[in-house]
Amino acid sequence: MSKRKAKDSQMPIGECISQVQTLLRERLCHQQLPQRPEGVDSQHKHLLELLKRTALHGESNSVLIIGPRGTGKTLLLRCVLAELLAEEDIHKTLLQVHLNGLLQTDDRIALKEITRQLSLENVVGDQVFGSFAENLTFLLEALKKGDRSSSRPVLFILDEFDLFAHHKNQTLLYNLLDVSQSAQTPVAVVGLTCRLDVLELLEKRVKSRFSHRQIHLLRSLSFSQYLQAVQAQLHLPDASFPDSTFCHDWNASVKALCEDKSVEEVLLRHFNSTKDFRSLHRLLMASLSRVSVSNPTIKPADLLDASRLFSADAMTNVLHGLSILELCLVIAMKHLNDIYDGEPFNLQMVYNEFKRFLQRKSNSMYNFDLPVVMKAFEHLQQLEVVRPVDAAAARAQREYQLVRLMLDHSQIMEALQRYPQCPTDVKQWAASAFG
Amino acid sequence: MGRYFTRNRVRRIYKWGSLPISYDRKLKTDEYDSLHISLEDLPRTTVITNGEYILIEGVDDDNPYVAKVKKLIESDKKKKALVQWFFRVGELPPNKMKLLGREPHPQEIFFYEGRTCDDEIDVESILNTVQVKFLSAEAPFPEGDRQEVLYVKLSWNTKVFKAVKPEQMDTVAGPRLAPPPPLPCSPPAAATPRSRAPSRRALPTPDLMVMNRAAAVGGFVRGTVSAGKLMEAEAESMHSASKLSASKCLSAKRRSSVTRTPGVRKKLELSSPGKTSMDGDDMLCQLLDKELAEDALLVQRSTTSLTRPMSQPCGLTPVRKAPRSPGSWGSLSMKQSLSLSRLTLGGDGSPASTQHDSAHRPFLASLTPPLLDTPHRAEENENSPIVPAAASPRCSRRKSAQLVSSRIRKQLNLSNDLYSDGDDSDEFLPSAKDLRSSSEEEEQEEEEFGGSLDSDEEIVAKKSKRGAAGPRTPRSAQKPRSSARTPRKTPVKKATPTTPRTPRQATPSIPSRSLPARQPGSALEEARARLHVSSVPESLPCREQEFQDIYNFVESKIMDGTGGCMYISGVPGTGKTATVHEVVHSLQRAADADDIPSFNFVEINGMKMTDPHQAYVQILQKLTGQKATADHAAALLEKRFSHAGPKKESTVLLVDELDLLWTRKQNVMYNLFDWPTRRHGRLVVLTIANTMDLPERIMINRVASRLGLTRMSFQPYSFKQLQQIIMSRLNKVKAFEEDALQLVSRKVAALSGDARRCLDICRRATEICEHTSSDPSAPGLVGMSHVMQALDEMFSSAYVTAIRCASIQEQLFLRAVLAEFRRLGLEEATFQQVLVQHQALCRVEGLQPPSVSEGLAACQRLGACRLLLLEPSRLGVLQRVRLNVSQDDVLYALKAD
Repeated sequence: MSKRKAKDSQMPIGECISQVQTLLRERLCHQQLPQRPEGVDSQHKHLLELLKRTALHGESNSVLIIGPRGTGKTLLLRCVLAELLAEEDIHKTLLQVHLNGLLQTDDRIALKEITRQLSLENVVGDQVFGSFAENLTFLLEALKKGDRSSSRPVLFILDEFDLFAHHKNQTLLYNLLDVSQSAQTPVAVVGLTCRLDVLELLEKRVKSRFSHRQIHLLRSLSFSQYLQAVQAQLHLPDASFPDSTFCHDWNASVKALCEDKSVEEVLLRHFNSTKDFRSLHRLLMASLSRVSVSNPTIKPADLLDASRLFSADAMTNVLHGLSILELCLVIAMKHLNDIYDGEPFNLQMVYNEFKRFLQRKSNSMYNFDLPVVMKAFEHLQQLEVVRPVDAAAARAQREYQLVRLMLDHSQIMEALQRYPQCPTDVKQWAASAFG
Repeated sequence: MGRYFTRNRVRRIYKWGSLPISYDRKLKTDEYDSLHISLEDLPRTTVITNGEYILIEGVDDDNPYVAKVKKLIESDKKKKALVQWFFRVGELPPNKMKLLGREPHPQEIFFYEGRTCDDEIDVESILNTVQVKFLSAEAPFPEGDRQEVLYVKLSWNTKVFKAVKPEQMDTVAGPRLAPPPPLPCSPPAAATPRSRAPSRRALPTPDLMVMNRAAAVGGFVRGTVSAGKLMEAEAESMHSASKLSASKCLSAKRRSSVTRTPGVRKKLELSSPGKTSMDGDDMLCQLLDKELAEDALLVQRSTTSLTRPMSQPCGLTPVRKAPRSPGSWGSLSMKQSLSLSRLTLGGDGSPASTQHDSAHRPFLASLTPPLLDTPHRAEENENSPIVPAAASPRCSRRKSAQLVSSRIRKQLNLSNDLYSDGDDSDEFLPSAKDLRSSSEEEEQEEEEFGGSLDSDEEIVAKKSKRGAAGPRTPRSAQKPRSSARTPRKTPVKKATPTTPRTPRQATPSIPSRSLPARQPGSALEEARARLHVSSVPESLPCREQEFQDIYNFVESKIMDGTGGCMYISGVPGTGKTATVHEVVHSLQRAADADDIPSFNFVEINGMKMTDPHQAYVQILQKLTGQKATADHAAALLEKRFSHAGPKKESTVLLVDELDLLWTRKQNVMYNLFDWPTRRHGRLVVLTIANTMDLPERIMINRVASRLGLTRMSFQPYSFKQLQQIIMSRLNKVKAFEEDALQLVSRKVAALSGDARRCLDICRRATEICEHTSSDPSAPGLVGMSHVMQALDEMFSSAYVTAIRCASIQEQLFLRAVLAEFRRLGLEEATFQQVLVQHQALCRVEGLQPPSVSEGLAACQRLGACRLLLLEPSRLGVLQRVRLNVSQDDVLYALKAD
């Protein structure tokens, strides 16, 4: 990485490219917080006020931030926290505890983690001693001792809040929310979840203790806003980028890119499919990585390629790698599916179907023995193109194990179309069982 | 650990030292004068006699209870002892320690004047003898190595500390009998008569001269200085005591007003021999019995070297107790003491007074019958102290109930009139002023004593200690059982509630902040602070009936010293726990005001423990501060609640979220409900849960049967009650429009009747009001629109909005789901089937049909926010899809698009 130089100085193109890569990657990988989250002003204000009251007035609160994946729940919270901690006295008083439902999978772990993050007195180094019960009484005792005006407020952030509701008896949630509803240490419990029905998960005594404040992050943004967002994501800051001419060129090229017809089409398709910003970031990331010294701007073709990469069907790609025999077996299964209307089948049925195809017309195909076919079948099972129906079926003899095809017909046809040097009779057979 | 032997380790043999000295015909008890305790396999015996200070096995092995033997009796083949209790520093409630105004000496003990402790103990709980020294209030604690000596300076009546009057310490022995000529080896402890009567402030105080003289005597009451000196002291104190009683006789009227506390009856019962009041005849019999016994003893003493064979029958200690006794008892003793004083005055100061006295004994015996007869009725008519005394417990119960109902009335007034003054809570707590004045009085008393007791040269006779009873470390007196007696909401936690494995003793605490929290500024902020669920309300409106019922239940159990269970049910947020807490607070206030015996309060919560068996651990810890494993704790609690122990107080146990204590065998619940049924349990269990039919639903028969049928259910609040709750919380702060409040309460009442919800909505409405107002400095009142918005935020479901905000492909997928459902006529379809519909729909809409992967991704996104319910995604295209929203909602959301 090069050192930053004076603003107007020219830098070699390679330097500039690496600067751009660094800057944009940080942005697209959510390592850098934006100034303000877009389009969620009221929610931002609500949350900020709420946490401020906890920090300054010692008022206990509980709130849930709910929104589908990739709508910026964590971003919102991080922005609010950054803003809060910028204030000197809040920075000094506020204690934070970050928990994640995917990491703290039960209350025992969660309690240890809370104790550790609060660095209560039973923490030695990074170790929390004592049994689960002791830890719980210790923590509750600690929280109970505090009071509104004198003890430091504690902010509990529960990411994937819904997973905490699956803990036994919801002990942790009950206790945290109970503290937030009683005159103990001031706490703010902030839950982040993408489940809209999260309140129904809570036991009623837990639910009653929750304040029912919900911040919904549901935004209906239009395509033009979406385009603007894309442009903003790729925009380089004029002020801080070292090489102003390169910066200028880059921004112009980004603008041109967004106005390009084909790019717009790709983005529209993407927008129609999802409004999730994470997937947009992935798309942009893929196209960004094609930027190099020889290719100093993002070209529409890069974006198109990236888009094709992302919209490609996963199973179709798997089918590309199959041998002709395996492909034939897949086709035979497809026909079986048609005949028996989705009922499960076994290897013997597939082999019979395959043999019938060979008998009718096959000049190109060699007559395979059953063991060979079985090997191919097992390979398909490993690739999860077929799945055993249930655990009981897995114990049966392999030829008679009932399985289901995990593919849609459209996927098979698409794979055949693109399969290199596929024999025509196989293609015909795929189109029609009697063809 | 334990420096005193407990029976667990060494088997002890308890034997009476002599034949019975008297027999109580009514109570069928034999009275003895001494008790021999010997260790198995060891020749040495310890002799306990009347008046001896003893250690009694208690909860803490390090610090056994201290008491003084008043009487040794045998009834029903059980050896028992009546004792006067002394409290160690550690047994006092820590919050009362500040009344002491100084650091307690580690070896200090307090003469107990309360009446909550049973003074009859099993002799087998006696561990050993101990030396107790009486010091004047001002005298310094002697320095030095006498570690095993305990010091008495003050008395403690559960409210205040007072200087111990020497005659209190000394008047156990009846005035009718002068002490025997003390043998050189006689223990000083019992050498002087003493009264068990507590020195109440309200009692007529004796005139100063008498007091001083008595005090002067008190300085060496314990000493075995010399026989002559001692006798002088005896006689002197006797004299003063009789004077006291004389003066009391004159002020009988004043007295009767004093005795109207519920404690009086209890006290009487406890202190009179055999716990029953007697009529004149029994009295006479007893007196005569004692005569005989006394004579027998005199003979016996000359032959044995018993240190203190002299019995001090309780029946002969009426001097100070007189005003408290019912009927004839009191009057008798009064006359008796008058005559006695005349007798003793004659022999005042002479060492021969004993002989003198004993010479008069026949005369006295003959004197008693008329004495007994005559004053009996006369007393009753004139200045009957009996009536109030006998009626007191019920009366006081009514009194405390009246108190409660007056409070409720006040609450009602409060809620009716928002602007009425609401500081009624002061009434029930002793104000700071009171406390100060009482301590001043105490000081004055101490000054009266001042200087008179400088000479501490008395030697406390050393009873042979058991070998292992080493020197006592002063600090160890601090920790035991301090929580066991405190009648406070949450028992005091020890400083060591944490893990023994923790390398250091960690205290559970959240670090304190550097800057104090800001106080609410505007009216809206003030209102918000008051509306927070956590803010403790001045009163609990709308639960008067429930409050009264629970109060009566618990109070009656505490008064009777029995146990009981109550099951309280109700949906969340209906004030169950709050009401019980309020009841306990009121009871504690009543206990502080001496209307009811003091009690322990222990609270556990099923949700606040990791395992149902932790309930034992928590109860034990909150009761005694001990830490134990669940099994051990269960055993200890079992022992505690099933055996009659000394100093037993009632325990009120609140079990919140009872359903969480369910185990497969239900032994936790079984035990919790079984303990109250034990004879010595004195446990009142209040259980709280949400469902009304919990006992029928989850409890097996033997558990449900023990829970009993005392049930109470809290109905959800009606809208009027909710409105009243908000009004009473807001009190004087004007922040809401009338209509807005009504809207909130009606809405919540219709939904759940949960008071927490109601308060939360109001709080949110104040915020919205603050944000939306154009002028931040004067936001005005919270109106309908703000409340509507708050209600909307909290109760509206987000599904419709979520569908509207979904991407086009996701919306199409939902449409496809609907179409497929309609086609199948089922509420369920596989992804594959829906995908076909989806692709068809895309073609109709003119969009590029999604690939399977894209369709699956859209499906998963909808599943993640639970618009759809999906099978695990490893099933791929075969996973089944269901809607989590009603079809109408989906159609509505998509149509409005």
